[in-house]
Amino acid sequence: MTDQVLAQAVEEDTLGGRGVWATVRKRVLFWVPLAVLAVLVLLAAFPGWVGGWFGSDDPRACDLSASARPSSPGHPFGQDLQGCDVYTNVVHGARASLAVGLFCTLIALVIAVLIGTLAGYVGGWTDSVLARLTDVFLGFPFLLGAIVALNSLGDRSVLSISLVLALFSWPTLARMVRTTVRATRDAEYVQAAKAMGFPTLRILTHYVLPNAIGPVLAVATLTVGGVIVAESTLTFLGLGLRPPSISWGLQLATAQSRFQQAPHTLIYPGIFLAATVLSLITLGDVLRDAVNPKGRS
Amino acid sequence: MLRFTIRRVIELVLVFFGVTFAIYAAVWALPGDPISSLGGDQPLSPQVVERIRELYHLNDPLWSQYFRYIGNLLTGDLGVDFRGRSVAERLATRWPVTIRLAVTAWIIQVVIGVGLGLLAGLRKNTWIDRGVLIMTILVASVPIFVMAVTAQLVFGVKLSLVPIAGVNDGWPLSYLLPATVLAIYGLAAVARLTRGSVVDTMSSDFVRALWAKGLTRRRVIGIHVLRNSSIPVLTYLAIDLGALLGGAVVTEGIFNLPGVGQLLFESIRVHEGPTVVGIATALILIFLLTSVVVDLLNSLLDPRIRHD
Repeated sequence: MTDQVLAQAVEEDTLGGRGVWATVRKRVLFWVPLAVLAVLVLLAAFPGWVGGWFGSDDPRACDLSASARPSSPGHPFGQDLQGCDVYTNVVHGARASLAVGLFCTLIALVIAVLIGTLAGYVGGWTDSVLARLTDVFLGFPFLLGAIVALNSLGDRSVLSISLVLALFSWPTLARMVRTTVRATRDAEYVQAAKAMGFPTLRILTHYVLPNAIGPVLAVATLTVGGVIVAESTLTFLGLGLRPPSISWGLQLATAQSRFQQAPHTLIYPGIFLAATVLSLITLGDVLRDAVNPKGRS
Repeated sequence: MLRFTIRRVIELVLVFFGVTFAIYAAVWALPGDPISSLGGDQPLSPQVVERIRELYHLNDPLWSQYFRYIGNLLTGDLGVDFRGRSVAERLATRWPVTIRLAVTAWIIQVVIGVGLGLLAGLRKNTWIDRGVLIMTILVASVPIFVMAVTAQLVFGVKLSLVPIAGVNDGWPLSYLLPATVLAIYGLAAVARLTRGSVVDTMSSDFVRALWAKGLTRRRVIGIHVLRNSSIPVLTYLAIDLGALLGGAVVTEGIFNLPGVGQLLFESIRVHEGPTVVGIATALILIFLLTSVVVDLLNSLLDPRIRHD
């Protein structure tokens, strides 16, 4: 029994992943954002559960004669310019905003891991070419790229918006992957795997990436937050989702023009968006510190 | 160092051609016909359209147009837009606005961002430190247009401290509010970076040795800590100035500042190809110049990064 416990303890010490878990599980700043995010994910998955708490659950059931009316019975957050219930819309808007954040980060992460690993592991001129390719994407004006990409994709769906944002989010992540892969490339266990004659793909997926991906995943959490904000800005410029889609970005972009007359139409979606992003950034910070103890403060 | 510089310059030139060609292709791919919309309500006759297309070489293949453009660019000619106005002149009226906005925002970032970062880093784990950290995370979670309209309402409409929009009151009054809004995001990043860098340096072995030698706090912090923690901060500030000079579409739009960001956005919307390409080229030059400055800055400040 004691032997087992000891073995487990040693294992926990040697495996990077377990060490991170041991660090974060004691921190309040890990659990609070996680709880907030869990609630938001539930909202996004099942908006019908809570959307109808105060009245109708239909976000598109609008009463134009009640345009921009502040909080009233049945409409705790008031009604927006079209007379739709702000509460129900905020609840139903969670799905699109979270989905854009997740999809975009996933796509960007896949591209970043492919390109970053190639550049970092192979090195040499492959590295140079890929680094310059990354530069091209970083130097390209975002607006022009976004408009052209949106037009060639044709529609304005969660997926197409995610793709467009991912097109400009991957370079930063790719640079990070490259750096961490380079750091693990010459580690002794990688040398050992090479000496044993494992194929490169196996070395990469079993030895290099598991040890290099940690910091990148932590930063990716921050990216999800950044993307959710970016989606709302894109919508503000008229390049994001369009009605009849429902998203926080769309609500904020519509509300800002009449902010003075109807502040509640901006404040409530704003609070939800800020809470989401705040949780993601805090979580990302905690994870990053845990993965990289040297950077911990 | 020389070999590194030469290689870097060659790479920059390649990236320049890569991005400009990509931009050319992108403008080419913009939907709609810019010529037919020139006539407004009255459709242009086919002969006129054909004449204009010929004048702007729009019937040539993409690569031939691109090389013509690069050729003109090397002689300093940005060409004319679809209404015959000189692109260079249009840019010249817009750029001062963007530069004023960018530099004002940048100064705010340097002074307040570095100041807060130092304060937090030197007083690690106190309430000042926590406060700065919370502030930096809070601002990053509010979209810039929400921040901008709120600031407009509070400081422009309610308190009447600053003009609400436009540039009629000149620098600095007209630029104060937009520059502050624009600066807040970079400011948060600068503060966090400075804090982290100072904390790292303070806990390094050589600083411990300096304390042990009996140096005064003023000397240790004022000379050794500041110098050694400045590299990442200066790098970030250089990159950030480059990004700010590229124009701020949202801020310029909300505060009605006629800068390049706004011009780029309008030009893309009306398919004003020559103007888009002109602005985009300038943006890339700024981007590339920034990366050269960053490289130089790094090797100047930290001999270990010198390349050979």
